[in-house]
Amino acid sequence: MAEINSKIPQGPLAEKWTNYKAHQKLVNPANKRRLDIIVVGTGLAGASAAASLAEMGFNVLNFCIQDSPRRAHSIAAQGGINAAKNYQNDGDSVYRLFYDTIKGGDYRAREANVYRLAEVSNNIIDQCVAQGVPFAREYGGLLDNRSFGGAQVSRTFYARGQTGQQLLLGAYSALSRQIGKGKVKMYTRHEMLDVVLVDGRARGIITRNLITGKIERYAAHAVVVATGGYVNTFFLSTNAMASNGSAAWQCYKKGAYFANPCMVQIHPTCIPVKGDFQSKLTLMSESLRNDGRIWVPKKLEDAKALQAGTKKGKDIPEEDRDYYLERRYPAFGNLVPRDVASRAAKERCDAGYGVNNTGRAVFLDFSEAIGRLGKEVVKQKYGNLFDMYEEITDDNPYETPMMIYPALHYSMGGLWVDYELMTSIPGLFAIGEANFSDHGANRLGASALMQGLADGYFVLPYTIQNYLSDQIQVPRFSTDLPEFEEAEKHIQERINKLMNIKGKETVDSIHKRLGHIMWEHIGMARDEKGLQEAISMLKDLKKEFWSNVFIPGSGNDQNTELEKALRVADFLEIGELMARDALNRAESCGGHFRVEHQTEEGEALRHDDKFMYVACWQYQGEDKDPVMLKEDLNYQFVTPQTRNYKK
Amino acid sequence: MDKDIKVTLKVWRQRGPKEKGQFETYPMEIHQSVSFLEMLDILNERLVKEGKEPIVFDHDCREGICGMCSLYVNGHPHGPATGATTCQLYMRRFHDGETITIEPWRSAGFPVIRDLMVDRSAYDKIMQAGGFVSVNTGGVPDANAIPIPKKDADLAMDAAACIGCGACAAACKNGSAMLFVSAKVSQLALLPQGRVEAARRAKAMVAKMDELGFGNCTNTRACEMECPKNISVSNIARLNREFLKAKLKD
Repeated sequence: MAEINSKIPQGPLAEKWTNYKAHQKLVNPANKRRLDIIVVGTGLAGASAAASLAEMGFNVLNFCIQDSPRRAHSIAAQGGINAAKNYQNDGDSVYRLFYDTIKGGDYRAREANVYRLAEVSNNIIDQCVAQGVPFAREYGGLLDNRSFGGAQVSRTFYARGQTGQQLLLGAYSALSRQIGKGKVKMYTRHEMLDVVLVDGRARGIITRNLITGKIERYAAHAVVVATGGYVNTFFLSTNAMASNGSAAWQCYKKGAYFANPCMVQIHPTCIPVKGDFQSKLTLMSESLRNDGRIWVPKKLEDAKALQAGTKKGKDIPEEDRDYYLERRYPAFGNLVPRDVASRAAKERCDAGYGVNNTGRAVFLDFSEAIGRLGKEVVKQKYGNLFDMYEEITDDNPYETPMMIYPALHYSMGGLWVDYELMTSIPGLFAIGEANFSDHGANRLGASALMQGLADGYFVLPYTIQNYLSDQIQVPRFSTDLPEFEEAEKHIQERINKLMNIKGKETVDSIHKRLGHIMWEHIGMARDEKGLQEAISMLKDLKKEFWSNVFIPGSGNDQNTELEKALRVADFLEIGELMARDALNRAESCGGHFRVEHQTEEGEALRHDDKFMYVACWQYQGEDKDPVMLKEDLNYQFVTPQTRNYKK
Repeated sequence: MDKDIKVTLKVWRQRGPKEKGQFETYPMEIHQSVSFLEMLDILNERLVKEGKEPIVFDHDCREGICGMCSLYVNGHPHGPATGATTCQLYMRRFHDGETITIEPWRSAGFPVIRDLMVDRSAYDKIMQAGGFVSVNTGGVPDANAIPIPKKDADLAMDAAACIGCGACAAACKNGSAMLFVSAKVSQLALLPQGRVEAARRAKAMVAKMDELGFGNCTNTRACEMECPKNISVSNIARLNREFLKAKLKD
């Protein structure tokens, strides 16, 4: 069985990254010019990595599926980005950010990676300000902060409700500068369909040009995958329509381990589902929980009246409202981490206290904040979010409380990487949401932006040199090599097979059914029986897909249905691996909740003696069960405790 | 209250950039709580079931921030709502029996690729000419080293809200990209970090915009009216000022 070597440097926690940088191998400027790097994806991680690598002198080939690198889904992050600056003098530090992140992840992340993340968080803010990112400021001209879930300090930097947009445009501007200089060759509307290995190392990719339908080959000395997460497996999620897990999945099928696939995040504050036609779910920023109070009625008859539409939220008197987060978690109140808040909402709705016609919604109420701060201040802080809510629901949140419900949002799991962010395939790196490394079983709010930019600006550009330093003698590869030939042939066959099914079901109808199975059995509450059922249902659905899907048009032309089909084919398999992983992990931790494993109060019950490890899944071939390898998590610097947000 | 309505869609279909396009008519029954793009999803699902090719249109985040969606809806970029993108448009904006005309951006700078999808890479090229601050990763001062007046930071943020969707050029009778260019020039000129290169940036971006065939500004303010992010034309005034200052120094 293969050994898992996470390559964590020796030494005290706070010195690991400094020591690594002091002793790693570098590539000199003349040699950098001779090395090519493929970066797939232009979100925060991909764009920042592509720009930084090009600035250093490497030749970068950058790919994205959108029409412009500026549109990756990082752009939709609303709330903010964490950093341990302690500008507010409220007791923050690198250690505290590290500790909050480890604890928030329910002790299922690597200490060394998370500490490094906290360490470079401050550089990110400096870098973004230097690029002209217009963060919110106070009247004295210094940067403003707000607080987010799972923290007792204000360390979140923000740019109105559009922090992701502004950070991504910062990275995009740095990337644009390098494209202008010719150091990055940009390929838009190209989708990666396979990674090519030569003598066991990643040496290139196969893409489909989404405009012409042409299959193309690209070679390089190393490949970086920054293609985001896979929660669109659930069909409905807060991810963009085209967000998908296919690039990471092809890496898995070529031998890269897939780590903790069952760990996905369900975000507590989204606009509730309204009907079958719905294409995606809209997130309402976590920052709303700074001032909004979450509640359901205390009395079941009030809940029934709300569900029937005979009462409105404002008709329920104060004493009949159950602010259940404040009741259950007095210390953190409405700002408990996302997994805790989501489960608490589900618990109330399961008990019959849901507040909309489907019974799957809770209130997020600003009346107290409007009373305390005035409507104008609330408008200034959250105006764009309130407008968005009104546009979608036709309800005015200044007057009636918002209705929210949890929705799929982020994948903590992903491609396994070592401390250098390299997968188990030499020369293949994974950064940002595409890897598994920093968030454990649950990600804290405002930490995704931090991790994406940390990986892209400050970690990968260093660690990739340690790999490339002995590649300087390796000449550029020809894409005529048999390995490329083989990979292209494989893709072409897969496309032909899909096009020739000519069945009766549309891609979306199968994707929706996949989503239902995922939400019912692999959603917020999972149990052994349900997971076993899900695995067999997913196998059946996969069979049905491959025998009854219908795709109009041609495989060698622009074809949006074919694009979706290729992604759904992979989602079907990703869903199955998620179920397997969830079945294996017979404990509850973070976003993974097994109903058999909970405390009397209904909190997640971890089993550190049995599951203090990263589950790394290794592909064994079509129709064979994957093998699970363990990376043990040895906590040397913090003592894992039961997460407590009550006191 | 939202209800079911009947509408007639007239949708532009065009196989490729060089081919001739035409309107196709599709009757739809739709609930008003459905979003405009979800309505197109439903129509596409119907077309696929009939064995036909679906209507191609750009879309991604569906929450008004990625800038991917476009479309003229009844002659207006992003449809009748103000301050919203097409993906944020809901069918409650339309009434029973209405005919809705859906077209791609019609602007020399944005050639049609297929159906409702256009090529907006010209905006990326303008950005590559100068839409950045020339700093490399690392070695930058502390984020609080230079205080920035809140007013300037807020104005910069107003300009930075641009999503690069192309509605400004699509709305302009001259096909001018001035609102887009001025938003980026303004954002960076208002901040001390971007001030250093303000002159060079204004000249480079304007030159690239001209080279790519975008028209001139004649102050009709159609761009501002149609901008889904309410970017103000005062940015164009700032761009002109920056550009003139730069030229005077030459």
